[in-house]
Amino acid sequence: MTTRYFGAPVPRNEDARLLTGHALFVDDVELPDMLHAAFVRSPHAHARIRKIDVSAALRREGVVAIYTAQDLGDYWKPGPLLVPPPPIESAVFNERTQVPLAKDKVRHAGEPVALVIAESRYLAEDAAADVVVDYEPLPAVVDLERAVAPDTLRVHDDVPGNVAAHVRQARGNYAEAAKRAHLVIRRRFVYDRGTSSPIETRGVVAQWDAKADKLTVWDTTQAPVVIRDGLAAMLGLSERQVRVVAPFIGGGFGPKIMMFYPEEVLLPWAAMRLGRPVKWIEDRAEHFLATTHERSQIHDAEMALAADGRILGVRDVFLHDTGAYDPYGLTVPINSQCTLLSLYVVPAYDSTFTAVFTTLPIVTPYRGAGRQHGIFVMERLLDIAARELGLDRNEIRRRNFIPASAFPYKNEIIYQDFTPLEYDSGNYAPMLEKLLELIDYERFVREEQPRLRAQGKCVGIGVVCYVEGTGIGPYEGARVQVQASGKVSVATGIGTQGQGHYTAFAQIVADQVGVDVRDVDVVTGDTDQFYWGAGTFASRGAVVAGSAVHEAAKVVRQRILHTAAEHFECAETDLVIENGAVSVVGVPGRAVKLGTLAGLANPTRGAVAPGTEPGLEATRYFGPPIGATAAGAHAVIVEVDPDTLMIEIKRYAVVHDCGTVINPLILAGQIHGGVAQGIGNAFYERLVFDGEGQLLNASLADYLLPTALDVPRMELEHTVTPSPLNPLGVKGAGEAGAIPGGALFAQALEDALELPARGIHLLEIPLSPNRLWELTKGEEP
Amino acid sequence: MTQELHKITTIVNGQRCTRQVEARMLLSDFIRHELGLTGTHVGCEHGVCGACTILVDGVPMRSCLMLAVQANGHELATVEGLAPGLDRLHPLQEAFRATHALQCGFCTPGILMTMTAFLKENPSPTESEVREALSGNLCRCTGYQHIVDAVLLASHRGAR
Repeated sequence: MTTRYFGAPVPRNEDARLLTGHALFVDDVELPDMLHAAFVRSPHAHARIRKIDVSAALRREGVVAIYTAQDLGDYWKPGPLLVPPPPIESAVFNERTQVPLAKDKVRHAGEPVALVIAESRYLAEDAAADVVVDYEPLPAVVDLERAVAPDTLRVHDDVPGNVAAHVRQARGNYAEAAKRAHLVIRRRFVYDRGTSSPIETRGVVAQWDAKADKLTVWDTTQAPVVIRDGLAAMLGLSERQVRVVAPFIGGGFGPKIMMFYPEEVLLPWAAMRLGRPVKWIEDRAEHFLATTHERSQIHDAEMALAADGRILGVRDVFLHDTGAYDPYGLTVPINSQCTLLSLYVVPAYDSTFTAVFTTLPIVTPYRGAGRQHGIFVMERLLDIAARELGLDRNEIRRRNFIPASAFPYKNEIIYQDFTPLEYDSGNYAPMLEKLLELIDYERFVREEQPRLRAQGKCVGIGVVCYVEGTGIGPYEGARVQVQASGKVSVATGIGTQGQGHYTAFAQIVADQVGVDVRDVDVVTGDTDQFYWGAGTFASRGAVVAGSAVHEAAKVVRQRILHTAAEHFECAETDLVIENGAVSVVGVPGRAVKLGTLAGLANPTRGAVAPGTEPGLEATRYFGPPIGATAAGAHAVIVEVDPDTLMIEIKRYAVVHDCGTVINPLILAGQIHGGVAQGIGNAFYERLVFDGEGQLLNASLADYLLPTALDVPRMELEHTVTPSPLNPLGVKGAGEAGAIPGGALFAQALEDALELPARGIHLLEIPLSPNRLWELTKGEEP
Repeated sequence: MTQELHKITTIVNGQRCTRQVEARMLLSDFIRHELGLTGTHVGCEHGVCGACTILVDGVPMRSCLMLAVQANGHELATVEGLAPGLDRLHPLQEAFRATHALQCGFCTPGILMTMTAFLKENPSPTESEVREALSGNLCRCTGYQHIVDAVLLASHRGAR
């Protein structure tokens, strides 16, 4: 078998549909007789609901129904816990999941209170404005440190101290390490809230077909199979009666996987009750409050070091803001806790976090999912230590890298996937050296920076490293089938939000069964096409579903050879598959098309041998024992305007190692997009809440996403350390680009403004020009 | 309270369309839900993201910031009208595919409409001119680099 597509920059199969406007997104679903929903949402962050009066709204023409929590009866219950806490000894976890509609109390601004259904969206919004809710406002719980004070009002009346979770993980003896240390660095680090803000907001369309006894739901979800299972259970239907379709999704980045958003619970229920299809599309203002957020953490961290810069230990105590509810369990803070160790040897580690309920929107994973916080703390501690010890920033990293000979490397703590955190493979030193060469580090710091500084320019360089835990379990599956047309169909249970699965999976299959990549038709995100699966998250699509696709395609290849060998009455070893046909080596003209073989493997009359399975088809599942750990190093050169503190990115370089590469074009796109989000995270993106828990910048004119003028041209290179955990040797790449941004820019900005010499350290993210000015004011930069 | 309907006539992708609409109906909703041209996407409904950009008399406009009645008597072009045929893409669409300039593809129609108008005005732009022209359209997936590459590629191919 020759590899033609795997590893090649194949243009995407899905592009033509997307480019011509023919791809189906959820809001494109139009059904006869369809109704439209709008939600009445709480204007208060924290309030008791005294009374809801829907009478005026119901009188409006075109209004079909209005539901409050009372109207839901037994259907009203808190949502399921999507991710139970990992089995960590002595972990405390208080499960308080979101409800479909607030009943007695609202716990964040934007929490839904009533559902209005009308003949059009315009009418539904008119009526929503007519619903009168009598609130008794309560003090908001916004500040993380005050939230855990004993006298602070409780977000959930039965949870003292607003403690959602408390987890300690440790290895080695940190106190011992600190005693032996030549140097101990202690700092406080703050990371603020942001939002993923995909350009497509969320949406749900639900249709109940009474004659077919079947519910169909189009949902902007990253995990259609899990939504189907949950809906069937809630609605008392069999799973076969529910079809969930996640068609083309306009970006996900994490928050589109949240079992369950209230809208996902309510729309199908209403469609069944009313016997008419119902559509709800989130508007951008709703998105800022009703879709989950991420990021707020406060770390008090310290690092103990030997005189030569080797890390002896790290201790970290942090607060994590989980928002009003915690349906996603401990995933984000555990990611922070584990990823902090990064690609370094940390003999003693003692990390404790408290997840805190606040009266702010719910926090669930968003690209990076807590990893960037850990990397920020670790990289900043190393930067400070390097200065104190008089070491070059790269040298301190080199001295602490886990050596290539130490893999698989056990970190001896538990990861988000419930398994001990173990790095499968890695080779970090060459990665950093390649990056330094790419950005021409030595020349910059020796020649260019002094020259530019002499001209009065504030230029700085940043270089940081990171790991990304990817490709975690439990499993995914895939079915590969050769059709009578000779084309190959592939179905898998994950959803896709732009990652190029239609092409990457087609590449894997095309090489195995010898067809043109354009003749492989991939279906994702339709539960009627593939029954099982977990979803697209944690950079796992290519690793886990890709491996399942590969395994299924290998079996189909065997079936093709077997069927062809019977057809030609020859040995399988005499056959070659290419260009959509099987031919006998050395016998010109002895060839049969794959479509013909598919027909031969599926006879309509006659007898077959016992045990024969029809068709050229196979379904296989893949579940890795642990996740595959990718790594990377980023470098940036920035120039800061000393008066405005506006930043110009002069160069941005990435060296990334995600094992074997399926499609370098798609991989580059993933890295570029991640870097762009990292830049937004580092500079612009901060959800600003006032003391009443009101979001002050809930529009795209006020919450700034990076534009084409803010994201520079990126220089990208790879090192390849294949993963031994899957047959393709791949590791995930989806979140990588976004992870090191905060640490990278803090270092580069400090360098550009020569802040450490003035005793100023940048220990928080984001660092907008305003914030930089506040941190450096009163002194001439 | 029933809203009064207004008769409007527009030329959309060369086809004449007459419809009765409420005065308050957004042009973006009209295009998507009345005409069924769902290639035009709605991302923010406040004129920032640019996903809903169409051409009104050849000029890029945010269809979420216009009312359908304001389009009366005007000529509209949407992404559905770009490609010359079902199996033939517009050169800019071809360039987008060649350089992987789209991921989820949701912002893409607005960017295609913005940049086709831009390339007409400036057939041989520099990278910084492309970035400036693109800066009114938000993309959350690509980091823009491949989009810039696509526009430059289309410009280069057009110039040959």
